[in-house]
Amino acid sequence: MAKNDSVKKTLVVAFVLCIVCSVVVSTAAVVLRPMQEANAERDRKFNVLQVSELYEPGVSVSQQFSEQIVARVVNLETGEYAENKDPETYNQFEAAKDPAQSRTLSGAQDLAGIGRQENYATVYLVGDPENPEQIILPVRGQGLWSLMSGYLALRGDGNTVVGLSFYDQGETPGLGGEVDNPDWKALWDGKKIYPEDSMDPAIHLVKGGVGPQTSNAEYKVDALSGATLTSNGVTNLLQFWLSDSGFAEYLARFRDTTQGA
Amino acid sequence: MTAYTPKGVLTTPIFKNNPIALQILGICSALAVTNSMSTSLVMGLAVIAVTAFSSFFVSLVRSQIPSSIRIIVQMTIIASLVIVVDQVLKAYAYEISKSLSVFVGLIITNCIVMGRAEAFAMQNGPAISFLDGVGNGLGYAVMLLVVGFFRELFGSGSVFGFPVLLPVNEGGWYVTNGLMLLPPSAFFVIGLIIWGLRSFNPEQVEDNEFRITANTKSREAV
Repeated sequence: MAKNDSVKKTLVVAFVLCIVCSVVVSTAAVVLRPMQEANAERDRKFNVLQVSELYEPGVSVSQQFSEQIVARVVNLETGEYAENKDPETYNQFEAAKDPAQSRTLSGAQDLAGIGRQENYATVYLVGDPENPEQIILPVRGQGLWSLMSGYLALRGDGNTVVGLSFYDQGETPGLGGEVDNPDWKALWDGKKIYPEDSMDPAIHLVKGGVGPQTSNAEYKVDALSGATLTSNGVTNLLQFWLSDSGFAEYLARFRDTTQGA
Repeated sequence: MTAYTPKGVLTTPIFKNNPIALQILGICSALAVTNSMSTSLVMGLAVIAVTAFSSFFVSLVRSQIPSSIRIIVQMTIIASLVIVVDQVLKAYAYEISKSLSVFVGLIITNCIVMGRAEAFAMQNGPAISFLDGVGNGLGYAVMLLVVGFFRELFGSGSVFGFPVLLPVNEGGWYVTNGLMLLPPSAFFVIGLIIWGLRSFNPEQVEDNEFRITANTKSREAV
């Protein structure tokens, strides 16, 4: 074995091994990249379809998506559509990490616990983009253990909830993880976000259940039992993304048009 | 040196010399990924692929490896294979690779892979090393599936996602055991399996590594 232990041999073996391994790894990464991207894209579209309750099993996800949904990029500060950004290529989650395209949130501002917020967000519209049946907003925020990312679907008035669904969360299975429970998700349908004449979001989770006798029941959703911190996280992330820092400016325009009509 | 038969290296690691139950290796990922059977199965297959091919390649170049850098050489081969497996899963089994998250990447740190490369592949030919890797990967996968079966059955009332005990949440009668969905429950299940295996095969019980001496007797001062 001594012949292998010379300095020259050691360097040669290490070098050759590194070259071979890096070629193998990069080949795998490059060859499989298109498929991985297609998967991620499909997953995102599937989640959008699911939260808007449009998903039909058995039909191709991308076909359903392109037939029913239009993506738009919104400037969160002004609430206007950003025509110079292409929704096909703009990635708000990448943008949130880029200091040039996002802003730092601190202290009381950072209700959702996300640290940085992008300046532009991608929203999805169902039906006619000028007068949509549904508006689907990306929301995310810190739960107990994890960053919970999901979509909130609203009716065309920008105020009535269709559904809330998280596509990525790592909360305690059986407790906070029940944010994925279909029974709980069904509670969101028909809830209202903003009180009349105000753009301060009123929607929040409450302990002890929401019955027909509860006052202002349309702004309240039953919290998850045994998961106070996850429930607080859900309330906080909705309060954040629906406030002036989030989509309030954007949603106000739907409110005006419906009131005018 | 004892002669290894292809059948021997394939089957002994499953029950007689199971990497998890006897050698107590790879426990960390066995706790993390066994809350459902489908993730256990995919993780098991990933580990089989990595141990088999890493043993094969390490064995192939074993006569060229300088002994001073042999651990690094083995790690590099293993790490490359793990990245390839991770990329393949992301492309072909996206949903499951999402739920396995970091644990596929952590196969690199799985002691079974490294252990087989160093203990077996460095001394034996490529073909038998490959089979040894498959055998040890199988031992790991079988254990994961058994643990996953109990955890999914009692934690979610299903097997491979098919409902067996209909849980209360979905209108059935079975009150799911939330503890079984949390990683610590795998400790209980693995512990019970090890107890069971060693009751049937008493030769698996290790001798005490040292004997505790009797307490010294106190004596009255003279």
